[in-house]
Amino acid sequence: MHYAFIQKAYLAGSFVAILCAMLGLFLVLRKLSLIGDGLSHVSFGAVALSLFFGLYPFWAAIPVVLVASFFILKLTQKARIYGDAAIGIVSSLGIAGGVILASLSRGFNVDLFSYLFGNILAISTQEVYLSIGLSLVVFVCVMLFYNDLFSVTFDEEYARITGIKAERINLVLVLLTAITVVLATKVVGIMLVSALLILPAATSLQIARGFRGAMLISTISAVSSVLVGTTTSVLLNLPAGATIVMCGLLFFAIALTVRYLRR
Amino acid sequence: MATVLSVENLSFGYGPVEVLTHVTFAVEKGDYVILAGPNGAGKTTLIRLVLGIAGKYEGKVELFGQSLLGFAGWGRVGYLPQRVNVFNPLFPATVKEVVGLGLLSQKSFPRRITRSDQVRVRQTLELMGIPDLRDTPVGELSGGQQQRVFLARALVSHPELLILDEPSTALDPQARESFFESIRRLNREQDITTVLITHDTDLIGKYATKVLYLDRRVVFYGLPADLCSSPEMHRYSGVCPAERTN
Repeated sequence: MHYAFIQKAYLAGSFVAILCAMLGLFLVLRKLSLIGDGLSHVSFGAVALSLFFGLYPFWAAIPVVLVASFFILKLTQKARIYGDAAIGIVSSLGIAGGVILASLSRGFNVDLFSYLFGNILAISTQEVYLSIGLSLVVFVCVMLFYNDLFSVTFDEEYARITGIKAERINLVLVLLTAITVVLATKVVGIMLVSALLILPAATSLQIARGFRGAMLISTISAVSSVLVGTTTSVLLNLPAGATIVMCGLLFFAIALTVRYLRR
Repeated sequence: MATVLSVENLSFGYGPVEVLTHVTFAVEKGDYVILAGPNGAGKTTLIRLVLGIAGKYEGKVELFGQSLLGFAGWGRVGYLPQRVNVFNPLFPATVKEVVGLGLLSQKSFPRRITRSDQVRVRQTLELMGIPDLRDTPVGELSGGQQQRVFLARALVSHPELLILDEPSTALDPQARESFFESIRRLNREQDITTVLITHDTDLIGKYATKVLYLDRRVVFYGLPADLCSSPEMHRYSGVCPAERTN
């Protein structure tokens, strides 16, 4: 495992896994798990758009997905629809737009396809630095807003009474999720991003006794999935993204078993 | 006596539906006010307006002499919501984590729980008689224990005004008695001004220094001893049986 491409995959994948674990816990507890799916579909459209114009997809995807996450929030607030419908609307726009752009550029090409299923083993050094840099920004934001996020997630009405601006915190959560989703598409692909957000959180909820404990277990589960999954994919010549998700499912199954054995 | 809460000519509605009409009353420091009334009287709406979470209203509301608009002293107010609204029992939060949330009202960004905050949390749990539960997930507790945890969350910031919304639902009679005794002690011994919403009118004679009877408007506000002799209360026979109003 001393090959440079594997070490880059470990490094970038671990940083992104930590973000997915932390944000995923807030999203799962707030029943917003589908937002990862929705935003990843938007990133499909964003990647298609950037390939259409010959731009580097990473740079185009981040602002597009950020704007989409903002739209999801505003639709929920202004259009009298629930969050899952707002996610569906924006997600559909991303997929439909991506398919149209792909057809206008004479069909799906290999680059777009690789974004669907991830390509962490082909991550470039520039992308590693970008992933780490953005991950650190998101991580610092989560730490700064940790108690606000915890309070709003636990009891939004009580959080408002204590002076926390819940709308602002919801916006922070959704924007940080948008950046994380774009980073995670490189690791597991557009199709499986939501798994990386949901599985570590769901695993931690089976065995954690406390919110900080849940955050820690979620993080360990996510990073372990990336490290074990990447290693396994190299050894067995399997797709890395899918193998990472399978490892996540395995850890979830183990946690579920531990929970039942404890009873 | 200092006025802790002042409501003047408050009116509020959802669209064309009037929920509260020209409500006026004032709560002085040290009062124990029972807020009672029939279902749909606007009791919880009134409290949500006072707490600033119910939207636009007409009239004036002041907390500790300051207008509600722009009021920032939420650390001086403790709130125990109706239990049904409270939380998801699957949420993996321990008792100490939940009680610690009550301290966030005194902090500005970035809000951090310090070591001295943890000491306050421990002291508040001891006051509530549940120090051994500090590392227990709240979802594993009984209904009575959960009520104590959320009361601890309301008290940890040492509030001067404590507002409780139907705190005795889901409590058995023994737990209810113990709970209301705790509230009485807080009011009398620590001088915490208390406003308590309840359907249980038996509490009026036992604990209250004042009664606010609401039915979309103020039907009665005054001493418990005067409640049933008020001509306005003749229509509410469940509160004041016929023989008590004569």
